[in-house]
Amino acid sequence: MEIAGLVSYGVSFLIFVGIYGILALGLNMQWGFTGQFNIGVAGFFAVGAYSSAILTTAVSPNHLGGFGQHFLVGVAGAVIIAGLLGLLIGLITARLRTDYLAIATIGIAEILRLIVTNEDWLTNGVRGMAGIDRPFSIIGMDSAAGFLVLVCLAVVLVFFLVERARCSPWGRVLRAIRDNETAAAAVGKNVARFRLEAFVAGSAIMGLGGALYAHYYGFLSPEAFMPVYGTFLVWVMLIVGGSGNNRGALLGALVVWLIWSGTDFVTSAFVPDGLATQAGALRVLLIGVLLQVILLTRPQGILPEKAPPLTPGGGRRPR
Amino acid sequence: MLIDVIQLTIYGIVLGSILTLGAIGISLIFGILRFAHFAHGDLMALGAYIGLGFLTVSGWPVWFALPAGMMGAAAVAIVLDQAVYRRIRRTQPVILLISSFGIALILRSAIQIFWGPSVQNYSTGIQLPWRLGDIVINPDHVWIVLASVVLVIAMHLFLTRTRMGKALRAMSDNMDLALVSGIPAERVIMWTWVMGGCLAAAAGVMLGMDTRLHPMMGWNVLLPLFAAAIVGGIGRPYGAIAGGMLIGLAMELSTLVIEPSYKPAVAFAIMVLALVIRPQGIVRGAH
Repeated sequence: MEIAGLVSYGVSFLIFVGIYGILALGLNMQWGFTGQFNIGVAGFFAVGAYSSAILTTAVSPNHLGGFGQHFLVGVAGAVIIAGLLGLLIGLITARLRTDYLAIATIGIAEILRLIVTNEDWLTNGVRGMAGIDRPFSIIGMDSAAGFLVLVCLAVVLVFFLVERARCSPWGRVLRAIRDNETAAAAVGKNVARFRLEAFVAGSAIMGLGGALYAHYYGFLSPEAFMPVYGTFLVWVMLIVGGSGNNRGALLGALVVWLIWSGTDFVTSAFVPDGLATQAGALRVLLIGVLLQVILLTRPQGILPEKAPPLTPGGGRRPR
Repeated sequence: MLIDVIQLTIYGIVLGSILTLGAIGISLIFGILRFAHFAHGDLMALGAYIGLGFLTVSGWPVWFALPAGMMGAAAVAIVLDQAVYRRIRRTQPVILLISSFGIALILRSAIQIFWGPSVQNYSTGIQLPWRLGDIVINPDHVWIVLASVVLVIAMHLFLTRTRMGKALRAMSDNMDLALVSGIPAERVIMWTWVMGGCLAAAAGVMLGMDTRLHPMMGWNVLLPLFAAAIVGGIGRPYGAIAGGMLIGLAMELSTLVIEPSYKPAVAFAIMVLALVIRPQGIVRGAH
């Protein structure tokens, strides 16, 4: 491969690491901090992606859209709509136990996938939505490298926010609820409300990841939101990196995406074309085995969670 | 219109029988091990494919897929438990959830690797459907319902008449008390997986006969399976029968008014409704 090819591959690789890193940070907010078991990441990812796509694309007879709004409006819309969806689901599922919440989120993600597959007027169904532009073409940022800068900014921003949240009294309450719900309630914390806030925040972050994916890839189809890519990889990233640890979430995204792309290299080099689907399945199987190995040998992940210092900057009392 | 309703009711009973068998396994596993086994749909699919593999190798009549698939899936379930689940059972139950989600993908990938991604069929030969006026009854459907009834009765006899079955119910009702009274926990757990695997494979083979075999068939039926188990009160195998029938009928009858592709959404809606109204299940479930 030539140098230019390698560079462009590297850029694309890092963009995906960034997008998955954002999804993993969102999941960390829900699972790592609060212990809410969301296996419907793909649903929030899809809602973010389609929201931004519908808000920003030009008029098309094939799907809802034609609002032609700016990228930033699309991203804001994606974050808000994914957050609202999280609010709705959170309100319904607030009282549910972990395993019921898990099943409920699987259900939501599957139904959202059914909707984007079947409702042609909204999303053009399986034929997909094309023509989603990259932003800031006026200042020459619409190259892949320009988009990488944008993704990096987004990762830094989200990381800063979730890290602040983690060290804040708010984050401390979330961990208290995760570790001992009864005790947290006994000292007067409104458990349901803190849970809901964390669920909405995590959902909104996932919506941002979806919007970035839509604008980088330029084309959306329901295939991209299959549970394997949308949910499973994100979970493996968080578990491998270390749930509860924001740096771990980002590291996990890097490591798992490296393995995932690396196996793609290996299988496309050694497996004949006729067996391409089998090779794809083999890659998923390997990631599945990796998850089991991590759960068996190092369930805390590469970077285990560390309690933040007790007196962070600012001494606002938790409510 | 009335004819449609009767016809869909027949389909609903067939689907309900299949869902019941899967949901019983989910309920049993939850009752003993206290975790939602997300790989159950894919275990079902694997059982169906093992049955198909046996037919291809042996060339025997199609119904032999049932015992072959059941034995295969039970063996796979025991291996999974011994290799993975048993080792993480002592940590939080939620780790088992994550693990089973990964196992689901491993099983699905294995199916794709061995049998390929395309749709396959059991060659049941050409069957003339029976006609009662305008109502069409497929002979396979009758067999599916009968076989489910036989399997449910067998499960009932196992749970009520054998020592192991009684031990299993005791552990499901009160784990501590059962352990104190000297019930061999590991053997009970192994039997739970045997039962769960057998019933899942039977459901998978029947689903394959009713429709066709596809690597995603297990994932697609996972939501209705859990809906059936939860509506019936998770951890209560007998409740799963009612839950399975309710969900199966609701899914088929809903096609009168909504697009058939949204059938899983109907199962989901009933489940959420059940959870919101009675979070502990319609029949009070295990905790």
